Amino acid sequence: MTTPSTNWDYAPAPESTKVEIKSQYGLFIDGAFREPRSGRSIETINPANESSLSRISEADAADVNLAVVAARKALKNWRRVPALERAKYLYRIARRIQERARELAVLETMDNGKPIRESRDEDVPQAAAHFFHHAGWCDKLRWACPTANGSAPEPIGVCGQIIPWNFPLMMAAWKIAPALACGNTVVLKPAETTSLTALRLAEILQEIDLPPGVVNIITGAGETGRELVAHGDVDKIAFTGSTDVGRAIASTVAGTKKRLTLELGGKSPNIIFADAAIDQAVEGIVSSIWANQGQVCCAGSRLLVEESVADEVIEKLRLRMRSLRVGDPLDKNTDIGAINSRGQLDRIESFIKLGVAEGAQRHDVSDVALPSKGFWCKPCFFTEVQPAHTIAREEIFGPVLAVMTFRTPDEAVSRANNTMYGLSAGIWTSRGSKAYEVARQIKSGVIWCNTFNQFDPAAPFGGYRESGFGREGGRSGLSAYCA
Amino acid sequence: MTERSEITKTWKLFIGGAFPRSESGRVAPVKDLTDRSGGKALAYAAQASRKDLRDAVEAARAAQEKWAASSGYLRGQIIYRLAELLDGRREELIEVVRMSGRVGKSKARTEVEVAIDRTLSFAGWCDKLESVVGGRNAVAGPFHCFSQIEATGVVAVFAPEEFPLIGFLTLTLPAIACGCSVIAMPSSVEPIPALIVAECAPSADIPPGVLNVLTGLREELVPVVAAHRDVDAVVASVEPEMAKILQLGVAENMKRVRLVDPQAKFLEDLAWSSPSAFQAVTEVKTVWHTVGL
Repeated sequence: MTTPSTNWDYAPAPESTKVEIKSQYGLFIDGAFREPRSGRSIETINPANESSLSRISEADAADVNLAVVAARKALKNWRRVPALERAKYLYRIARRIQERARELAVLETMDNGKPIRESRDEDVPQAAAHFFHHAGWCDKLRWACPTANGSAPEPIGVCGQIIPWNFPLMMAAWKIAPALACGNTVVLKPAETTSLTALRLAEILQEIDLPPGVVNIITGAGETGRELVAHGDVDKIAFTGSTDVGRAIASTVAGTKKRLTLELGGKSPNIIFADAAIDQAVEGIVSSIWANQGQVCCAGSRLLVEESVADEVIEKLRLRMRSLRVGDPLDKNTDIGAINSRGQLDRIESFIKLGVAEGAQRHDVSDVALPSKGFWCKPCFFTEVQPAHTIAREEIFGPVLAVMTFRTPDEAVSRANNTMYGLSAGIWTSRGSKAYEVARQIKSGVIWCNTFNQFDPAAPFGGYRESGFGREGGRSGLSAYCA
Repeated sequence: MTERSEITKTWKLFIGGAFPRSESGRVAPVKDLTDRSGGKALAYAAQASRKDLRDAVEAARAAQEKWAASSGYLRGQIIYRLAELLDGRREELIEVVRMSGRVGKSKARTEVEVAIDRTLSFAGWCDKLESVVGGRNAVAGPFHCFSQIEATGVVAVFAPEEFPLIGFLTLTLPAIACGCSVIAMPSSVEPIPALIVAECAPSADIPPGVLNVLTGLREELVPVVAAHRDVDAVVASVEPEMAKILQLGVAENMKRVRLVDPQAKFLEDLAWSSPSAFQAVTEVKTVWHTVGL
C-alpha cells in the first residue's frame, strides 16, 4: 500500500479580476475631479506587498473650503428635491455598487489589505445594502423622526464626515446614505491609506448624475480632517475612528452650533458561559477578533470564558487558530490578510511586547511563514491576563485576544463592564433568559447573543460611554441627520 | 398597399406565475369607452370563474409562507424591480389609461407616473415597517416583550373601477410588501393596466403565486371571496352593495377587511404610503421571553 499524501495545502486561488487604477486622483468637488490647490499628494500603497498603487491629493484649507462652499450651494436645491426623486438617486447608487461589486471588492482588498472573501462577501454587499435601505426612508421621515406637529423633518445642512481605514467603502456608505436620505449635502474625508474605493464611489456618483456638490470627497490626512471639523460653515460632523481623535474633535466643536456624532473605539467583551454551544462559540471568537485582522472597532478583544469550560474553549481556539491561512489577501483561500499600515503594525507589535512584559502568556502559530514584504501580524491570544494589564484595557486594533475567566454571571458582567468603552458585547449561552438578563446588565450599544459581527442597515449601531454617541443604521440612525 | 391590421390581444388570467385561460373558457371584450356605439373592443380578457378563483387561492397559499419568510431587503429589491419594469412600459401604460377616455393624455401621464413612484415608495417599506409600528413593550415585569409585525396571509383585493393602475397598485402592494400573497381583481371596466403589471411580475422575480390577477365579473367573484375559508383578508374598493356582501361573508370566518372608498383621491400621496396602508394585511404578534439568570 502506498503512503497517502500528507500534503493537504490548498492550491492557490487568486482573484483574477484586474482593476484599473489611475496614477493619481484629484479631489471630487462640485461634481468633478479637480487638482488640489495645495499642490500636494500622498502615495497610497498595497499593504500586502508595499507596492505603490496611486497618488491621492492632499486637500488643504483652501480645498476644504471649496468643498464646503460646493456643498452649501448644492443644499439649496437638494433639500427641495421631492423625496421620491432623492430616493431614486440612492437606489441608483445601490444598483451601481452591486453591478461594480467585483471591481470594488478587489480595489478594497488591494488598498486595505483585507482578504478578498471579506471585501467581496461583507464590505461591498453591506455598502450596497446601506444605500438601498436608506433610499426607502427618503419619503418616510415623518414616521421615522416626526417633528412636533407630525410633519417631515428638515435636513441639518452641510455634513462633514470623516471615516476610518478599516472598512473604507462600507463606512462611506454608512455616512453618505443617511445624510442624503434626509436631504443633507456632504463633504467626506476618507482615510489617507484607504481612499481608492471612496474615489471610485465618486465616479459612481457621476455615473448616476447626482447633482454636483451634493457629495464632495476630499482626500488628505489629519490636517485635512482638522480643517473640515473646524470649518465655520459645516453644520454637522460625523466621525468614526479612534477615541483620541474623537476627543480632539469634540473639543474643537465645543462652543459652536455644530451637531456631532462619534463612533469610536472599543474593548468589547465576548462572554462564553458553560452552557453555550461551545463549537459555535469558538467560531464566534474567531470572527470577533480575527476577522479583518482584528482591526474592528467592535472586535471582541476580551474573551471572558466561564472557568469550567475554559480549558476546552482555549484548546479548540488554539486548534482553530492553527487552521487560519495568513497570506495574499487577493487569494480566495486567505483568512488573515495584511495589517493596513506600518504604523498600525508597529502599534500592535508594541502591545504584544507589553503583554508579554506584563506577565501574560502568548499563544500563536509559530510555524506560519509570513511574506517578506508587506505588513503582517500572526493571529494570537494571551492567557494569564489580569484585568489591570494594558492588553486587557487598551484597544489594540489587531488580531490579539486577551483571555480571562470568570465563575459566576455576576462576575462576568462586572468584568465585562470594567472598561471605559461600551461598543459591543457577545453573550454565548443556550439559555434564553440568561442571554436577555446578561444583555440587560451589560453597558454596550450592540449586544450579540450566540453570534457576533452581525450588521444590517436596519439595525442601529453605536456605543456607550467612550465608544462614542449616536447611532448609525435603522430608524435611530436617521435622527442624527434631521434638524 | 393594404393597411396593416392590428393583432388584437386576448389577455389571460395570471395564476401561480403562469397565464392560463379561464377554465370556463369564457372571454369578454374590454370595451373601448370612447366608442359611442359601445361595440368596439380594445382587446379581450379571460373571464375568471369561481374555480379559477379557488385555484388562485391555492397558488397564493402555496407561495405565501416562503414569501413571508424572505427578508424585507429581498422583497424591497423585487418591488423596486417591478417599478423599474413598469417605468420601462410607462408610455404604453399612459396610452392604455388615456384610451379608456376617462382622462386626457396629460392626466393619464400624471396617474401613471405617480403610480410608478408609489411602487418605489412601497418597495422601501418592506424592511422598515416594523421599526415604525413594531418594537419592544415596556411591560412591568422581568420579560423581554416585543411586538413583531407579520403578514396576515392570503389577501384578496378588489381594485377600484376608476384609477385602474394607481388604484390597483395602491391596494395590492402593501400586502405584497409585508409578505402576503394576493389574488387581485382589477377594474372590470379598465383591466389592462393591471394586466400589464401581471406581465411584469415574473420579470421582477415576484415568486409564482405571490401575485395573481383575475379579470372577471364582480358580482360573480365577490361572493366567492366572501365565503372562501382560506382567504385571510380582503382589501376592497367596491360599491356599497358589494361591500355589504363582503362584510356579511367575512363575518363567517373573521377575515380582516379594509374597505376603500372607490371615490377616494388615489393620487394624493401621503396617506396611501404610510403605516396605515398595512392595516388588515398585517398581524401584530407579541412575544414574551423571560429575563433572568
